[in-house]
Amino acid sequence: MPPEIQIINTGVANIRSLQAAFDRIDAPWALTEDASAIESATHVVLPGVGAFGAAADAIDRLQLRDAICKRLGQPEKATLCICLGLQLLCDASEENPNHKGLGVIDAKIERFSQDVAVPQLGWNAVVPHESCHEQKFETGEAYFANSFRMGTPPEGWDYATTDYDGGFVSSVWRGRTLACQFHPELSGKWGQTLLKGWYENA
Amino acid sequence: MLKSRIIPCLDVNDGRVVKGVKFQNLRDAGNPVDLAAHYQEQGADELVVLDVSATRQARLAMLETIEGVRQQLSIPLTVGGGVGSIEDAGRLLNAGADKVSINSAAVRHPDLINEMADRFGAQCTVVAVDAKRDTTQENIWQVMTRSGTQGETLDAAWWAGEAQRRGAGEILLTSFDRDGTRSGYDLELMDAVVAACSLPVIASGGADSVEHMVEAFQHGAHAVLAASIFHDKNMTVADVKRDLTALGVEVRI
Repeated sequence: MPPEIQIINTGVANIRSLQAAFDRIDAPWALTEDASAIESATHVVLPGVGAFGAAADAIDRLQLRDAICKRLGQPEKATLCICLGLQLLCDASEENPNHKGLGVIDAKIERFSQDVAVPQLGWNAVVPHESCHEQKFETGEAYFANSFRMGTPPEGWDYATTDYDGGFVSSVWRGRTLACQFHPELSGKWGQTLLKGWYENA
Repeated sequence: MLKSRIIPCLDVNDGRVVKGVKFQNLRDAGNPVDLAAHYQEQGADELVVLDVSATRQARLAMLETIEGVRQQLSIPLTVGGGVGSIEDAGRLLNAGADKVSINSAAVRHPDLINEMADRFGAQCTVVAVDAKRDTTQENIWQVMTRSGTQGETLDAAWWAGEAQRRGAGEILLTSFDRDGTRSGYDLELMDAVVAACSLPVIASGGADSVEHMVEAFQHGAHAVLAASIFHDKNMTVADVKRDLTALGVEVRI
């Protein structure tokens, strides 16, 4: 049996597209709200659309904060954080300043400036930085839907950047933990290759 | 740099695409799932499915259509047409839509925009603005609802700005006057809306050529919606993108 992906069901994210994407690569998935499953599963996804505060609240209401943080402290475990999932890794966000993120990355998420259309909606290039130790994906075009961004790359992570409003960090990874500001499940063939690579640890 | 988007549109009634579509190598051109896959293969950046159902039964069939299209599609899917409430929007999202477009219901109950943005996020809250030129005043457009049958005492550019203030994430702007005329997008309408609202705007209504699309992008559109250029002219999305690139528009190849 191929390993089953546990998708954390915070209830605030629309995850049908993600499930369909896993179906297309024949990766079985299940929704979970169970802390021990999140700690022990081979593959876990922290999905996310919606607001930072609502998602942080949902994680606390389900009492999953410790389990998610513990797992993220073990980069060798296959964990995928999508869109808001990347932002939740950080300490805080300008979106909801009174809510605490997971604090795995020492950074604060900021809003795009008024110089650009917000949200950023559409396709933009994702370019792995030349300093990367490990190549998780080729440069490609991904679908974004975000009003907030990670401004500076975190210490100890490989990262990719995207050119919008002066540039931002569009993906970070270490070990088998990968976080993407874009939506790989909506990013065509390139996104599907990325998901397959993460799932199969290619 | 953010790419300019090309968005084919399918009008669906009771599980079937209703506008004439001529695709080679496609046995059943009325099946929305097959057509969606076809457009994706050609390089469409997103797909819009508009529910033009007239009956309740046909509307329920729409959810199955969305589920089928979703399984195929690895690009974003916007669904609109007849969305009357936050519950309607939730059902479409659960069926697999990534964004939901609202029109008449938002004009009746503007708070619906706020509710959708709060519940589902700005990025999936699309406000469709159907705009008709006011023949008595220069460069004023009136908002139309109920599939263009009812005129509202609402200025289209102001309404787009109001949608933004209420939390919408994108405007789908259709020129009522140009729709179906093949005379190009209403560029003055685009200018007025872009001046009043800094959200991404999808231009719709009137396109008959790649040059028309270039004009829309030059006037601030982030995306163009097109149906007949693909349906009737036998141009593929790939053809359009190749021509746009040659004319200096940055698109996803």
